[in-house]
Parts: sequence; structure tokens; C-alpha cells
Amino acid sequence: MLRIEGLTKRYRTGDLALDKVDLEVPGGQVMALIGPSGAGKSTLIRCVNRLVEPSAGRVRLGDTEITGLSRRELRRARRRMGMIFQEFALVERLTVMENVLSGQLGHVGFWRSYLRRFPQPAVDAAYQTLERVGLADQIDKRADALSGGQRQRVGIARALLQQPEILLVDEPTASLDPKTSRQIMRLICELCAERHLAAVINIHDVQLAQLFVQRVVGLRAGQVVFDGPPSGLNPEVLTRIYGEEDWTTAATRRKGTDGGDDDALDEERMAGIV
Amino acid sequence: MIAIAGQRWRRPPLIADVRLRWALIVGALVYLTLALASLEVNWNRIAEGLPRALRFIAAFFPPDFVSRWGDIYEGLLESLTMTVTSTVVGIAISVPIGIGAARNVAPWWIYVSCRGIIAISRSFQEVIIAILFVALFGFGPLAGFLTLSFATIGFLSKLLAEDIEDIDPGQAEAIRATGASWLQWINYGIQPQVMPRLIGLSLYRLDINFRESAVIGIVGAGGIGATLNTAIDRYEFDSAAAVLLIIIVIVMFAEYSSSWIRGKVQ
Repeated sequence: MLRIEGLTKRYRTGDLALDKVDLEVPGGQVMALIGPSGAGKSTLIRCVNRLVEPSAGRVRLGDTEITGLSRRELRRARRRMGMIFQEFALVERLTVMENVLSGQLGHVGFWRSYLRRFPQPAVDAAYQTLERVGLADQIDKRADALSGGQRQRVGIARALLQQPEILLVDEPTASLDPKTSRQIMRLICELCAERHLAAVINIHDVQLAQLFVQRVVGLRAGQVVFDGPPSGLNPEVLTRIYGEEDWTTAATRRKGTDGGDDDALDEERMAGIV
Repeated sequence: MIAIAGQRWRRPPLIADVRLRWALIVGALVYLTLALASLEVNWNRIAEGLPRALRFIAAFFPPDFVSRWGDIYEGLLESLTMTVTSTVVGIAISVPIGIGAARNVAPWWIYVSCRGIIAISRSFQEVIIAILFVALFGFGPLAGFLTLSFATIGFLSKLLAEDIEDIDPGQAEAIRATGASWLQWINYGIQPQVMPRLIGLSLYRLDINFRESAVIGIVGAGGIGATLNTAIDRYEFDSAAAVLLIIIVIVMFAEYSSSWIRGKVQ
């Protein structure tokens, strides 16, 4: 599905954000990308849809080599990658519906989008998606009138309206309280399962990641230093990713829930959104 | 435990070097004193001028709206037409130039040329441009219309460009990530963010253009300014007073209505 080879990004300031990263995400897999601030997590997912231009290396989505595309082709390729942001990045002054429909911009012409005359299937999909994320009653509210959790749901709906094959998710819960964070993570993972979407999720909260994803990749100083199942995150690995720290609480907690882990996870994911 | 009790604290001065700081203060004071002394205020002439001023002001009363009403009405209509048309045309031209002059939206060569246009438009005061256009196209409202349109471009494009440069890049980035085209990106990612300010600035410019239309009329660009100029030339100060009152009322009306509208669009 997504294949990254030798991806390197050096910013104009000279900082090496990514150092020959190789990574492969098969279809339908939800992968968490963890690592300290400045490790290159945001840069990595932005290099995938070329919001940040990589310095070297290749990114492939299916059969398309993203890194070799012209501007026009890149736009077409971006439709296949839905993105969800930390600060939600909704257009504040537009309504919920306009924000969700903006996910269709890559599919419709300028005048249609300018006049807000989107094709009926797109409008149907928008209603459906809003219903799914639990915002059916907020459709004509302005985005800046919503709470944080609601905004992120709009962000998710917008990404889904692109009909993407993969979700690029940048710190989806960093601006949210713990309860809302769990709900949002659960929602994202459920939606990925429902639609057989792959996802790369940048996340700070290691425990939250462990709870929901199938695979964890640890990034440090632009290099992959861990790649494995969430259960593999022991103190030694965490030290490798984040540096020296007393990790015992996290480790004991994991030991305690070991075994019944999968059941607990399933239960979490079946609980639905509140 | 606290060995340093009683230690005094002062805010660090803006200019750290003591000698430089005092040199600047003393220098500024000396210059100001010398400059004021060189103005040669002649108290005798001021004393003579005062009664003249009183006579002049007295001639304004009572304002006469009636005897020259035809001219006043015509001038007023001309000014309002000039104001509205030049503002609309000015905005229509300013928007693309303003977008082009925003560094985060336009490539550098478009940016440089749009900034150039803005600089040219801003470097001349309306009266100077009006004199030029009157010389080119003759007396009358056409010159006024062109002057105000031209001046609007410099004003509105610059402020619009600065507003675009100040947008929240996250919102724009999200729209770009959907695969939107450049125009769609402007329409969805940028426009909603700058719209309230664009509306506010446009209303403000409408207001300015009306006031300027009164000024540039004096150099022959038509409108209420021309009427005012004629009235003063003919020593018809009562009619001139009427014109001034009308200008004041219209400007106040524009002021209140525009602030009301600006409050609504936030």
C-alpha cells in the first residue's frame, strides 16, 4: 500500500529531519508513529503527501510513485490520502458541511466548489459520514462554534470524504482531554477497520497508541529505531526511542494487562463512541 | 537561607549603554528646542489674524442650502457616483493584486511585480494623481474616478496582502492536503479567513474615497469639491458652509453604518 524507501529530509536550516527512512504499511494496517518532539514524525507524514518536499528517497502509494509526480498529478494523488491534524485545521469560518465537503475539492471543478454545488453523491456521502461520526445535528454550525472533540470529528469526516486509501494522522489527540482522546482514537481505528483503510498515526501518548493500534514504529532523530507490535514496547525500547527515563510504571502496567490484552482491546473498540 | 535578601531589582533599560542612552535623550531635547525656536512665531500677526478669522467664520453663518442647491445637488451626486464606482472598480482590481502580493500564496516574480504596483500607487498622494489625471483627461469626474480607483488599489491590495500573510497556515494546509486546485485553495483555505477584514477595509475605503472626492474636486476632478471650490472663489461662504455640513453628515453616516456592518460580519 504505502512504501517508503530511503526517505530523507534536510530543511533549509540544515536540520536533518529524516535520515533514510524505510517503511512499509500494508493495506488496512493502522500504524502508530511515536517518538520525541523533533524526531521527524510530522515531517514524515507530510513528506508522504508532499506538503513537505522530501530531499531524497521515494514514496509509493499503490502503483503511484508520489515523489516523481508533477503538480497536477500530485493533486490527483493527494485525493487518495486523507489527512487529520493536531489543531484540527478546520476552516473556522466555514460551516461544518462546507468543511466536510472540502474533502471533495480534489474531485470537483472550481465553479462547482465555488458555488457550493457539489454532486449529489458527494453530498450524500457527507451526510452519511457526519451521521457516522455523530455530528448529524451540527451540519450548518460554523466550525468555530464546536468543541474540540466535535471539531476533530469534522476533521475526520473531511478526510473520509476524499474516499482515501490511507489516512495520515498528525497528533489527533494532542489538543484534547483524555476521555475525548480515547473516543477520537477509537473512532479513527473503527473507521479504518470498517473501510479497510491503512493509517499512519503520529502520536505522543504511548499508552493510547498501545491501546488501539496493531503496529508501532519508533522514530528518533529521523531514524526508525523500533518497529513491532505494541506489546514490544518495554523499558529498554522506550529508552531507545525517547532516551533515559524511569519507565517502570508504564512497563508494570503492561505486564499486568498482558494476556487478556486482545480481549481488552476488542472491548474498547466495540464500546462505540459516546 | 536567603543570603541575598534586600537586593534591589530594576527593569533592564531598553538601551543598555548608559552614554548612548543619555546622548540620545539630550540630543533629541536640543534638536526640539532649536527647531521650535526656528519657527519664528510672530505674535503680532497672529493677533491681527484672529479678528479676520472670526469674520471669516461669521460669513459661514447661516449656511445657505437654497440659492445654490442645484449646483450642490449635482456636485453631491457626482461625488457619490465617483466614490461608489471607483471603490467597486478599485476593489475588483485590488483583490487579485493583493493575492499576488502575499508572499505565502504567490511565486516570487508575481509577488515582486504586485508589490511594485502597490508601491507606485502608494507613493503619490491623491491630489497629485488627480492633477496628473486632470491634465491627461481634462476636468470632470472621469479624472476623479480614475484617481480614486488608482489610490484604492494601493491601499486595499497592501492591507489585503498583509492580512493574507497573517492567516493561520494550518487551515490552508488542510485544504491543500485534500488535493484542491490553487483556485479552490484560495477560495476555501484563504478567503474565509480574510473576508471579514476585506469587507471592513472596503467600507473604510468607501468612506475615504468620499472624503477624497471632496479634496480632489478642488484641483478640477469634479464632484462636491468642485462645488465647494466655486463657492469659495465667489465669496459665497454661506453656500460653502452648506457644502461642508453636507460632507460632515455623509462622512458621519458612512462611519456609523460601516462600523455597524463590520460588527455584523465578524
